[in-house]
Order: sequence, then C-alpha cells, then structure tokens
Amino acid sequence: MKVGVITFPASNCDQDCVSAVKRMGASVVSLWHRDASVQDVDAVIIPGGFSYGDYLRCGAMAAHSPIMAAVKQFAAKGGRVLGICNGFQILTESGLLPGVLMRNAHLKFVCRTVAVKIVNTQTAVTSRYKSGQILQMPVAHMEGNYFADATTLATLKKNNQIVFQYADGQNPNGAIDNIAGICNEARNVVGLMPHPERVCDPLLGGTDGVELFKALLQ
Amino acid sequence: MTITPDQIASHGLSPDEYSRILELIGREPTLTELGIFSVMWSEHCSYKSSRIHLKNFPTKGPQVLQGPGENAGIVDIGDGDAIAFKMESHNHPSYIEPYQGAATGVGGILRDVFTMGARPIANLNSLRFGEPSHPKTAHLVRGVVAGIGGYGNCVGVPTVAGEIYFDACYNGNILVNAMTVGHVRQDEIFRGFASGVGNPVIYVGSKTGRDGIHGATMASDVFDDASDEKRPTVQVGDPFTEKLLLEACIEAMKTGAIVGIQDMGAAGLTSSSFEMASRAGTGIVMDLDKVPNREPGMTAYELMLSESQERMLMVVTKGRESEILEVFEKWELDASIVGEVTNDGRMKIIHHGEAVVDLPVAPLADAAPLYDRPRQKPEWLDALNNAAPVQKTYSDWNAILLQMMGSANLCSRAWVYEQYDQSVGANTVTLPGSDSAVVRVDGTKKAVATAVDCNSRYCYLDPYWGGAHTLAECARNVSCSGALPLAATDCLNFGNPERPEIMWQFERAVAGVSDACRELNVPIVSGNVSLYNESVGSAIYPTPTIGVVGLLKDVSRHVTSHFQKKGDVVILLGGNELSLGGSEFAWVMEKRVAGRPPVLDLKLEKNVQALLREWIAQGKLLSAHDVSDGGIAVALAECCFKNELGAQIELKFDDPMMGLFGEGGSRIIITCERDSVTKLFDHAKKMGVPALPVGIVGGTHLKIGKSINVEVAALKHEWSNGFSNVVGKE
Repeated sequence: MKVGVITFPASNCDQDCVSAVKRMGASVVSLWHRDASVQDVDAVIIPGGFSYGDYLRCGAMAAHSPIMAAVKQFAAKGGRVLGICNGFQILTESGLLPGVLMRNAHLKFVCRTVAVKIVNTQTAVTSRYKSGQILQMPVAHMEGNYFADATTLATLKKNNQIVFQYADGQNPNGAIDNIAGICNEARNVVGLMPHPERVCDPLLGGTDGVELFKALLQ
Repeated sequence: MTITPDQIASHGLSPDEYSRILELIGREPTLTELGIFSVMWSEHCSYKSSRIHLKNFPTKGPQVLQGPGENAGIVDIGDGDAIAFKMESHNHPSYIEPYQGAATGVGGILRDVFTMGARPIANLNSLRFGEPSHPKTAHLVRGVVAGIGGYGNCVGVPTVAGEIYFDACYNGNILVNAMTVGHVRQDEIFRGFASGVGNPVIYVGSKTGRDGIHGATMASDVFDDASDEKRPTVQVGDPFTEKLLLEACIEAMKTGAIVGIQDMGAAGLTSSSFEMASRAGTGIVMDLDKVPNREPGMTAYELMLSESQERMLMVVTKGRESEILEVFEKWELDASIVGEVTNDGRMKIIHHGEAVVDLPVAPLADAAPLYDRPRQKPEWLDALNNAAPVQKTYSDWNAILLQMMGSANLCSRAWVYEQYDQSVGANTVTLPGSDSAVVRVDGTKKAVATAVDCNSRYCYLDPYWGGAHTLAECARNVSCSGALPLAATDCLNFGNPERPEIMWQFERAVAGVSDACRELNVPIVSGNVSLYNESVGSAIYPTPTIGVVGLLKDVSRHVTSHFQKKGDVVILLGGNELSLGGSEFAWVMEKRVAGRPPVLDLKLEKNVQALLREWIAQGKLLSAHDVSDGGIAVALAECCFKNELGAQIELKFDDPMMGLFGEGGSRIIITCERDSVTKLFDHAKKMGVPALPVGIVGGTHLKIGKSINVEVAALKHEWSNGFSNVVGKE
C-alpha cells in the first residue's frame, strides 16, 4: 500500500500525516506541489497547514497547482483522496467537494479537542467506524465554518454525503448543520476539519484517528 | 557633509558616545555609518547598561553546549540530541501595533532558533497587560494573542505554554516575551561565524523594504504621548515566508556547504554582518546593489538599517554557492550573493559603486560603550516592605475563593491558548493548562518539559527574592511534569536604566536569579534585556521573565497537575513558610501590593524538586501541582477542574486567610495511590523534606477544613468565565 502525501508551500501537517501513515505500516510517497503526477499511489492525503500562506483565500491558490490537476484525474478514476483541514479547504476550492469553508463565526482561530460523530460509514475513511460513534479529535483552524446553499445541502443529505458532524454543543466554528466533514457522491473523496493524524498515539491523548487511516489503507 | 548635533541626538547617541566614534575611526562618520553606530550601540543590541551585571549569571555546566552570545543557547539531552532555546521581548512594537508587534516577536525568536540548525518544536510566551478595566487592555490582549497565533500557527510550531498577567503598572507599557524551543542533532549545530577568507556571503529570504528602520533604537526609548507616531518603525510579519525560510534553511544546512548563518533581526543587515565577522575575527565586503529590495531608490542607510522580517545572512564555502542557491530557488525565495569574507577586519559597504561604509568590525561589535550606571535602593521601599500586606479583615471564604478563581490573573487561560495551535507536529504530550508543557522529541522516548514564569509583584517588593522565586518557580513547574531542569533563558524587562532605582532593581533581580540558578543547577544559556519600559515617567514592575527547559528521559513517566481519580491521597510536599506580601489575594481583594514576599529556602527547594522528580520517575505519583499565586486554596481548586473531581482536605491553620491564600515557595500538591503513602512518607522523612497528608480526592465539592466547602462546578464556572471580564463576552 502506497500513500501520497502532498506538500504545498507552508503545508505544516504533512509530516504528521506521514508519521500516521507509516505507523499503520504503509509506505509514503512525498508529492510536491509542482509535480504533475501522483505517481503510482493507492491513496492521496492533502494535509493541513497554510498552503501559499492562505493568501487570497484558504486553498484557492493550491487548487490551481499542478499536483491538484493530477489529483483531480486520480479522483475521477476512483482514487481515494483525504483532505484534512487546509486539505479540506483545497478540495472545496478545487471543486472536488461541494460548499465552502468560511471564517469561524467567532472570527478567531480555534484549537481544541471536540467530539465528532460518524454519520456515514460508507466512505473511504470511515468504513471501520460504527454509525453514530463519537470520536475525540482536535481542530485547529481559522476557516472551518462549513457552508453550502440550501440546494447543495439538500443534495448532500439526500446522497448521505455528510460524513462527520460535531456533537451537539461542540461546534467550534459555526458550521451549518454541525458539519465537520463531507464526501463526494462517489465516496472516494473525503474532507474534514478535525485532525485525525494527531490522535493516532496514546501518548498524545488519544487513538480515535487510527481506524480512519486503517480504512484509507484497506 | 557634516553630522550635526541634532542628527547625533536623533540617533539616540550621547555626545560622549559620538566623541568615542570620532576617536575610533579618526574621522567624521558618513550618515550610514552614524546609523550603524546608532543601532549597534543601542541598548537593545549592545546591552551597554546591563552587560556588567549579566556577567553574574552562571552560564556553564556539563549540559551546556552553547551559552550566551550566540543566537540561542543549546543544552545536551543525550544520545547526540540537543535542545536550542531562547526568549526575546517585543514589548515596544506590540504596544504600538499589537498584532504585528507580537507576530514579528514570534518570527524573530523562531529564526534565532532555526538559524542554529534546530527545528522549532515548541513556542511559549509570557505576556503582561495593564488593568483589565483600562480602556486599551482588551484591544491589546486581542491583538497580541491573535498576532502570536497568526504567526506561530502558520509556521506550524505548536504554542504549548505561557503566562498572562494584568497589573496597572503595565497600563502604558505591555510586555510580550516570546520563547522558542528547537531540536537539533549535536553534529548539525550551526553558528553565526563569517569564517574563511574569500567565502561568499549570501542574503536569503524576503526582500528588504523600508519597514522597521531604527526599531532597535525605538526599543531603547521611553514612551511618551507621541509614541503612536512610531508606528512606521514596527515591522510587518509574513509567516508564510518564514515557513519557507525555515524549510529552505534546514534543507540548505543538509548540503554541508554553509559555514555560518545568522538571522537578520534587530538592526537587520548591520547586526548580522558585524556580529558574524566579529565572532570569526574577519571582515566583510558587501555590495548593496546585490541586496534584493522591495522598492527602488532605497539608500544605503535604509538598506543597512531596515528591519524587514524573514531574512538571513549566510557564509558559504566558496565554490558551493550553487548548491545553496538551488535550494532557495526550489522554495521560491530570494537568494543573492552580496559579498565575501575578507581578512582585514573591516566592514566595507559599497553602494552604486561608491564606498559608503568602511569601519573596523571589532570596535562596533565588541567595544560598544559599557556603563556601570549608578544604583540606589528606592527610598520608598522600606516603608512599603513594612506596611501590612492586607488591610481589611475577611470571613466568607467560599465567596472569596469563587471570586479569586474568576479573577483576571487566576482564571482559565483557554480564551488565549485556544487561539494557538497547540498540537501541530503531533508531539505535544501535555497541552497548556498544566504546570509545564511536555513535548516529545520526535523519534525518541525522550521529551522536554518547558515553562515560563515571573512574579513581578515579588520583584517589585524585593527584586532579589523576587528574582530567586521566579527562577525557582519556573524550575518547579518543569519538575512538576517529572523533568530535570537543564537550563534557563531570560528576558529581563525593566524601566529606564538611567534612573538609579531602576538599575538597583536590575542588579538585585539578576543577583537573585543567579543565586537560584546556582543552587538549583540551572545555568542561563541565552537571553535578552528590555529596558526603558516606562511610559509618562512611570516604570513597570521589575519583570525578569524566566523560561526553563527540562529533560524527561522516559516520556511515559510524566504527570500533569490534574487530580486523576476518586480515592487518591493528596499530599502537600515542601515548605510551609507563608506570606501575603505581594500575594494574589491582596491584589484581588484590595488591589494592594505591600509587605514582603515569602522567604525562599533554596536548599529546601532543591530537595523538594529532586524528591518530586524521583517519585514521578518511579511512577509513584498520579499528579503534581505547584502551589503558587493564590496559595493552596487556589492550587487545590485548579487540580479539581480538568477531571471534575472534588477533594476533602484537612489543613490546620490558626488564620484562614494566611492558611488558605498565603503564598510560599517550594510547595507542591501531589497525589498518589493509597497504598504508596507509607513508603513515600518514610522516604520524605529520610530526605528531610516536609510532607503532609492533607486529604482524599473525590466528591462534588472542594472542602478545606472548616473554612471552604464549595461545589467544584461552581468554582469551575467562575474560573472558566473569568477571562470574559477582560476581553468582553463573545
């Protein structure tokens, strides 16, 4: 099993994702933002961080990088793509996932551990969880306030594309319908704001992210 | 052209200092040269008032790989690993422009650490603001916290610990001290040496603009009502470029082609080039036409004095330039060969084909003025020390504890640290909210524990003992995680050194810190001095902030400050000499700072911390929490919150006010399993460390003797919501 982890200028969770993947026994291919191919990987992770400084708009410039053209082709063929935090923002900016991530409702960066509910277990990363299972995962973002218009939201619900929701009273950013993560219609592209790669080691206060990476690698 | 007395004065140079310049170079300086002298001899860069006292710090030890004088200090943590760390102030810019001032403070200290070859693994900060009710405080807090987060979060370095205090003495002069801790392999340490005659000098990073010219001189000035006009001297940070610079520098270092490297911090291109040449005993010839600049038409003066951020200067082995340039091209950063190392000990700067600077390096960097400024104990101090710490009498202890827990200096800091990414890097073992943060050294079973501290009210009442308490408390916080304190960094924030009472405070505080360092075997390996922290004639309390780094050899053996489970036994370890002088109780109840701070027995302190660490390493303890601001009642409440566990405490005291809220050094609340108690007491007795069983964890209430019986949920509510009184409801 080979997983490609993309590094954009100012990605800063790329090495954390590399560590998490290696912990699960898979090998990692480091992909650079200027690469035009994802090589022969089985899955791609778009990590968190501040790609291109988050200037212009989070994920907006990364969406137009050569590597994302390759990721789009990879996803179109059914390849598994996971976007975490800034990676989720890049996926919406690329049009691989619907909706947008706006600035947090309270206009501040927020980093805290929140309870996140598994809504859909039929995706590339949630197949090893139970529906309704609660995971404890940290969030760390300034723009995690998911929004989609009424039509898009209705489609998301109809297709069961909402994958993760913040538990009641735990929404850290004002996201509509407590949405923490979604997938595309084909269920091979998933984006989420919380950081599963930071909860893969009991020493760091949790292992709730382990099954997510295991599922991605299946 | 002729240098006028006005120009000399506006450059912050005294007539004496100007005479010294004339003597040194044997002619009148050019305007650019005058600017260079001005920044190099500023208090900020030259430490001219403080150097004479800083010599008292112990700086050596078998664990010290690099002491003061480099960009950061470095300690040995075994197995070829080392930790580089330093703290620095960005007080003046943060008051003028809180977001950018604080952000660039973080940027500067990050560069100081990664220029040594170390990858930053943790950021900390120590903040002081004016009274919560002061009209500027909320705005400054919001700006500074957002600035620290905005910068550190983007660079991807977790901000793991810190402190924030409020007092009227900081109304017109806030303190923003930032610290970075980095990991480096011992055989991959870089230093700021311009060695090897003929080696090229390469400028890398952001382009040079007109921002921040004379920032170092501004930082050496007192504030007046016109301070807002100094906004243009505050630099603007670009954390995106910093992140690229970090990755590019670490990648470039791996080539083996870099001989020396230094951050362009205060006084920019001037200080980096002069200091690197000075350390190596060489000279440099530099062509300013090669310096990447942001706008055309910049003068030599502006190019040399700009404090544009995110820039580095490096010296590279001749013939290997292209290896370095390629790395920076990959990261899309400017890199330009601007000069070369010479053997004549002179700094020669050429601009538009003309020599604009030709100065001897050594006198500028090393022979800066050194002042033994007059010192005088403040005449008001004895009366203040002899005054009663508290004036009123009190009785409703439950209500008082609730009030204390919600007060500005004791309430939860979550509003602050939730704006910082605390866990990026996936190595943060203990998050903010415990006594010290614990960060794993990636790929090892080791970790570092780190904390920052200062009790400035103690320092105001007694700078010597205040300084000693500060160092001891910081080391104690590190020991409370189970880590052995290895070394410290300092950030000495004081008023105007030209006033004898300020210089007296400085000398006494340095002596107190030094004696505690010696006794606890925690040498100072890096630091920074920030003077002239005054506004409209009134100085801040002496605030010698200390940051300590400690080593946990086995990260699985650490504890936090939080009570773990029902039935655990609570023990009070250490001293019982208490005082209300300068206490949080006196400040909350009466806004009063009077009397004497508690005494500190450094021998006892050392033994208490050693015993604590031994027990944690043996896995015998479940939690450990330093008893500091607010006394034991506040410390016990803090232990209850995280896991929402109450406790039943039996403490004997004649005076509840002193017993509950009196403060003292060398005191730690620990918990253990019931069946370990006897053995621990026997051991403590053998070691001569006082230990007192005081209670049991459990229940919904915190009960302390007959005085306190209050629901933990109610205490936590006050504590959790207290900060909104400072920054407003959301």
